[in-house]
Amino acid sequence: MTTPSDTNARLVLTNATKSFVTVRALADGSITLYPGEAHALLGENGAGKSTLVKILAGVYRPDGGELRIDDTPVEFNGPAAARAAGVSIIYQEPTLFPDLTVAENIFTGRQRLGTFRRIDRRAMNLDANEIFARLGVRLDPEQPARGLSVADQQIVEIAKALSFNSQVLVMDEPTAALTTVEVERLFEVMRTLRSHGTAVLFISHRLDEVFASCQRVTVMRDGRFVRTEPIEKVTVDDVIHSMVGRDLATLFPKTATVAGEPVLEVENLCTAGVFDNISLTVRRGEIVALAGLVGAGRSEVARAIFGIDRRDSGSVRVNGRTLPNGDPLAAMAAGVALVPEDRRQQGLVMAMGVDQNVALASIRRLARFGLVRRASERRLASNWSARLRIKSGRVRDAVATLSGGNQQKVVLAKWLARDPSLLIIDEPTRGIDVGTKAEVHRILDGLVGDGLAILMISSELPEVLGMADRVLVLREGRLTGSFSRADADETTIMRAATGQHAGAVA
Amino acid sequence: MSTDTAARPVRRFESLLRARELGIAIVIVLVVAITAVRNSNFLDAQSVQQLLSGAALIALLSVGETMVIITRNVDLSVGSTVGLSAYVFGDLFKYQHISVVAGFAVGIVLGAVVGAVNGLVTTVLRVPSLVVTLAMLYVIRGVDGMIVNGHTIDPTAIPHAFTEVGYRTLFGVPWLAIIVIVVVAVAGYAMRSFRASRDLYAIGSNPEAAALAGIPAGRRVFTAFVISGTLAGLAGALFLALHAQVDNSGGIGYELAVVAAVVVGGVAIFGGSGTVVGAALGALLLNTINQALVASKVSSFWNMAVAGGLLLAAIAFDRWLSLRVARGLKSARGVHRDV
Repeated sequence: MTTPSDTNARLVLTNATKSFVTVRALADGSITLYPGEAHALLGENGAGKSTLVKILAGVYRPDGGELRIDDTPVEFNGPAAARAAGVSIIYQEPTLFPDLTVAENIFTGRQRLGTFRRIDRRAMNLDANEIFARLGVRLDPEQPARGLSVADQQIVEIAKALSFNSQVLVMDEPTAALTTVEVERLFEVMRTLRSHGTAVLFISHRLDEVFASCQRVTVMRDGRFVRTEPIEKVTVDDVIHSMVGRDLATLFPKTATVAGEPVLEVENLCTAGVFDNISLTVRRGEIVALAGLVGAGRSEVARAIFGIDRRDSGSVRVNGRTLPNGDPLAAMAAGVALVPEDRRQQGLVMAMGVDQNVALASIRRLARFGLVRRASERRLASNWSARLRIKSGRVRDAVATLSGGNQQKVVLAKWLARDPSLLIIDEPTRGIDVGTKAEVHRILDGLVGDGLAILMISSELPEVLGMADRVLVLREGRLTGSFSRADADETTIMRAATGQHAGAVA
Repeated sequence: MSTDTAARPVRRFESLLRARELGIAIVIVLVVAITAVRNSNFLDAQSVQQLLSGAALIALLSVGETMVIITRNVDLSVGSTVGLSAYVFGDLFKYQHISVVAGFAVGIVLGAVVGAVNGLVTTVLRVPSLVVTLAMLYVIRGVDGMIVNGHTIDPTAIPHAFTEVGYRTLFGVPWLAIIVIVVVAVAGYAMRSFRASRDLYAIGSNPEAAALAGIPAGRRVFTAFVISGTLAGLAGALFLALHAQVDNSGGIGYELAVVAAVVVGGVAIFGGSGTVVGAALGALLLNTINQALVASKVSSFWNMAVAGGLLLAAIAFDRWLSLRVARGLKSARGVHRDV
């Protein structure tokens, strides 16, 4: 428990609670930040970290609890109030205005003014350049934010946060999309800020980063505060145990299988500027993981195999038959299924029911004389709901009302209903709570046991290491590593993913 | 860093966008030139004045419409606001003998009130503006019909000094056009140079990020609607000056002509980008084509077809442009990104 009477603390949040209509997102959010200290906030997805961050940001008003800054109770009625109190936030997803310039993005609402309160663009651009110089990056302040790479967008976010000269800086997984060099630069900035007395709250799933650059760590689980410790008092295993609250082995229930004949054979797949010369094979009964940093081109390879994007050259064979270029229907007919990365945008029709979503890819089979009967949709959906243990009120309920994990199961059900021979699954457990995560893994394990071939894209190394029979690593559109289950470990994969040799590994 | 490589195509994109106004201007000149070759009367002073004053009202309305559309909203009530303002103005002239200035004031206030209602319902009740302003279109038409009650305000009721605004010129430019050019210039400058106007772009560009950035989106959108309504009120007064008569059909169909002009002028229909100057030029272009067809003795039925075709071309061009840029960025990012 944090002590509310801690007078050295810059920011103290005590027993904050927040509920939404159906879910209790935060049951006990407590954290104490000290000036000049980097404080890591750890927890699995769904542990309540983002809710806590949004309370600090003034986006959510807590239902209960107390927030004190410099020992004075405060209540934020909006993001502007939080900012005025000296709290600035770098969100996980960049929150830029694509149509405005980089400098305008940094200084939104605080543009330098000249006479008659006109915006002084020159001064504003100079200010932006000054911040970029402090960050050691080169970005054109007059360039529109549209088209910036994710890393560059993150740099703009950081520049924005810096421009506030805040007393408290909250970074919600800022490194997820960055390369090693960029991460290192970010930590450099973090050190500088700390030396000026800024209190930093740092959220990351990369524990090595946390142990390398934070002084204190708080763990949350299921919306509750678990513990706060100085970093030197805990080990990685301690922290993981607190986060997960259960044995790690149950998270990755991988049974050994014997790979059969090849199902997917990709040869020299190229798309100019996206990926180059990709060759890979996935056999019956094995999970091949495609690892690499965000933006390495993994999803693009999957899309090209499935035929969503056209490939420039190279061949894709499924069960010995060559797939035509850019024809997803042919890929489906050949027995390929693709569970996309962004299930809300690409995997589901959010406003439609569980039954209609499950039936979506099998609609031709269910139709008679061109008409689909709701009853057959419902039968299919109830069948799969039971097999994958989808928790929904009724099968007619809109998938938007389901939790992330159950939504993912609906997407899986939709494809499994077609009885595919190859499943391509992009980030199978992103944004899913720990319990359901293990369930999804168990489903995948059962599927390969039945002879399915799975190509799995994942940015979570534990998942890659825990589930894959073979690991292929992609860096900047090229295959830079191929490891068997026995040879793969975090170090070898990260080296191949970042293109770094012995020593500095993220 | 990938910045340098990513910057190039983006720069090109931006300069193309900036050149949008130039592009429209060139098309206008081309249309005028081609028509003048076929019909030498087309470049007469009177004909040019007609080009300008014919486009003036739509151009004026497009200023407010641009501000609204940039925030991912739309104002469909401008046409009927023009009709109402024009009739009420004329009615007061005829029966109350009010001064020209007072008449303008009444028209403008009327428009502002309509805009305020649009803005309030849209921002407070969070009803999509498409529906709000469509409903408003009908409400005002209904009210207008009741007030008009089958009457017509005819030129005899209107002071001569007032109708002069419609046809008197200064150095060959109609006063009407001068008023509109001033409004466009002021608004165009303001849209670039003030925090509040940059907020409009931010709101349309990424509403979630605007909320996180603490932008008072409701207030800004409300203001955009009030400006749009106010300009529609002003346009109503100018409508009366231009036509010297009005009945209950004044301004019918203007709303769609304005949206067409705005889109042809390069304002993104889903918000975030575009300029007031571009929109006004869009209005001028549509009117120029209209008149060119008349001057070339092409059947007036073609007018609408050409305007529609142009609209499609403008949208297709924008789409093509953004796809090209997306592709360009992709290849720039994938290949050159060095860690």
